[in-house]
Amino acid sequence: MIKPRQTPMRQQRPYVRIHNFDEVPLGYSEDEAIREAKRCLQCQYPTCIDGCPVNVDIPRFVGHVAQGDFASAVRTIRETNSLPAVCGRVCPQEDQCQGVCAMGKKFESVAIGRLERFCADWEAQHDPCRPEVGPDTGRRVAVIGSGPAGLTAAGDLRKLGHDVTVLELLHVAGGVLMYGIPEFRLPKAIVRREVDGLRALGVRIELNKVVGRVVTVNGLFEQGYDALFIGTGAGLPRFLEIPGEQLGGVYSANEFLTRTNLMQSYRFPEYDTPIRVGERVVTIGGGNVAMDAARTALRLGAKESIVLYRRSVEELPARVEEVEHAAEEGIFFQLLAGPVRFLGDGGGLVGVECIEMKLGEPDESGRRRPVPVPDSEFTIETDTAVIAVGNEPHPLIPKTTPDLEVSRWGNIVADPETGRTSVDGVFAGGDIVTGAATVIEAMGAGKRAAAAIDAFLADA
Amino acid sequence: MNRILEKQQLGSCLWEFLIEAPDIARAARAGQFVILRLHEKGERIPLTIVETDDTVGGVRLVVQEVGKTTSEMIGGFGVGDALLDFVGPLGEPSEIARYGTTVCIGGGVGIAPIFPIARDLKAAGNHVIGVLGARTAELLFYEQKLAAVCDELYVMTDDGSRGQRGFTSDVLKRLLDEGREIDRVWAIGPPIMMKVCAEVTRPFGVPTVVSLNPIMVDGTGMCGGCRVEVGGRTRFACVDGPEFDGHQVDFDALMARLRIYADDEAESLDEHEVQPCSKRQEGAW
Repeated sequence: MIKPRQTPMRQQRPYVRIHNFDEVPLGYSEDEAIREAKRCLQCQYPTCIDGCPVNVDIPRFVGHVAQGDFASAVRTIRETNSLPAVCGRVCPQEDQCQGVCAMGKKFESVAIGRLERFCADWEAQHDPCRPEVGPDTGRRVAVIGSGPAGLTAAGDLRKLGHDVTVLELLHVAGGVLMYGIPEFRLPKAIVRREVDGLRALGVRIELNKVVGRVVTVNGLFEQGYDALFIGTGAGLPRFLEIPGEQLGGVYSANEFLTRTNLMQSYRFPEYDTPIRVGERVVTIGGGNVAMDAARTALRLGAKESIVLYRRSVEELPARVEEVEHAAEEGIFFQLLAGPVRFLGDGGGLVGVECIEMKLGEPDESGRRRPVPVPDSEFTIETDTAVIAVGNEPHPLIPKTTPDLEVSRWGNIVADPETGRTSVDGVFAGGDIVTGAATVIEAMGAGKRAAAAIDAFLADA
Repeated sequence: MNRILEKQQLGSCLWEFLIEAPDIARAARAGQFVILRLHEKGERIPLTIVETDDTVGGVRLVVQEVGKTTSEMIGGFGVGDALLDFVGPLGEPSEIARYGTTVCIGGGVGIAPIFPIARDLKAAGNHVIGVLGARTAELLFYEQKLAAVCDELYVMTDDGSRGQRGFTSDVLKRLLDEGREIDRVWAIGPPIMMKVCAEVTRPFGVPTVVSLNPIMVDGTGMCGGCRVEVGGRTRFACVDGPEFDGHQVDFDALMARLRIYADDEAESLDEHEVQPCSKRQEGAW
């Protein structure tokens, strides 16, 4: 008998979780996972696999879960996905595998993401499934950046028997998984476990290594590397370029989240890096990063957290689940309004002057363009604002590698299928190529580039 | 890695460290900085590179005790100890060229980063006029070191306890008023000093480079915390700087931003019972 609805996942209650940084969803039990897995129709011609940027064999792993054979389920996922505990938590499954799930045509789709997360967490509690490493090829590959693209490329290249070194400029590996996505959405212990897994395969990880400054891209070839993968991701935040942006109390989301996640400011003064959060925090933007910042603000002690977004709820770019979680936690959505200027009192921020918007004709992105409503200005009093309106590509490699072709927006130009760049032996993928995208898309790019690098090394 | 090879006191609350970091030492150029972190709970702080010692692969830094991390480093880290993280070189190097006559102004701890610039300008064939300034003689350092690479050297203290009484900008103004041909000025020190120096040279149209030290977190082109307004545009000290055209920098906004965490700094010092430099016996380490 078909169960029309997904097996719910237990989660921390909103009024509890806004006071801690612990993960919000609590995961399936074995029984819950089996029950959910049995909802899968095991389609003869499954669509879900193509819906996954790294093509996880979803029906097969879900079938193993339905049988209670969790070890086989993990092995199946790991054949193509090197970061399942991460993907099971942060992938936009509703737009990917679950979006094309046959069950979803009439009922709720199979909760593939929750099952993936269950399998990965089960693995962590039991024997880690270490993929086999191929015979040593004697070829050396440097992977620049240890975010989702870099970690995926590194894992795949190592499995093919290459000697892989990951060069990371921060003091921890994981990139945006460590500095950007908050603990309550992706516990850092999970990222560390995945990185340790790569180390166990023989991937070397060098931290505090600023490629472009301490060694150039060309310098890496001189050091004996045979190929490079650049996965340096997103970089400097975009600002609004409106008056008052320099005021104390105005943060970029990158800085706000980096202080909290990477530097553990929420444990100040035990940890040395401070963060300033007032009674009320206004976050500007409507994407996942804005939701992360607004929810982080509550956990840092803000009494009110407001998301200011210039379009309406339908256009919010954030995942539905993130918006729901934010709403449950009592975050206010000030929609159809945009900031005009930040107001200061000589010391720091005291308010954000806003103007109401209405939606006009669709713009080049296909979304209806917000148009200011004349004489509708209003002020939100606040001493903390967070700007979450996107990032530029990370500047260092383009800046320091003159012969590498870069778009006018600063993205590295690379073939979407292979990651090949204008420089022979240099491949790139992830946000540094595409601009802001998802973790899993970056992983897909890392995976394709790893295959292309393997082919390049075979020919070279 | 990141071991402290040498440590010595230069003045009141001022210490010099040589850190073992051969890769950084090889790559570093004048004007660049490093970021360091002392321990797992530590913050990342930027420090400008003074010089490198290629024989031992060392990077020389001057640390002034201004907050919890610098107090801890000076008070708790000695020769043989290792810093947890040491990353660099960061930022764009100084644009060293043969300009003609250059003035290199170092104020307070800004004397440290002005040294390699003066040295390289001299090596590039410039006539280098050095101007060093500090509140008082105890805060003045590197006088000999600068004298060795400058054609002329002026020393100023606010209280007249060493050199002339007055500010570094007074020397700059006098030189310009006397009609000296000056082709380029570097001014590195407290923001107010850099601001005043830039105002002094503005009417004369002398290009004036300043090195900014705003609040930084990652320092590598990611967080945006080090943004400064230069010529009406948002720029980032960590990747676009740290050096900028002093005539274009909004110093007032920079100074206001630098004060954001003053209360937190006090709380941190208090919580960890770190004694600020002024209350500790000098030379105890």
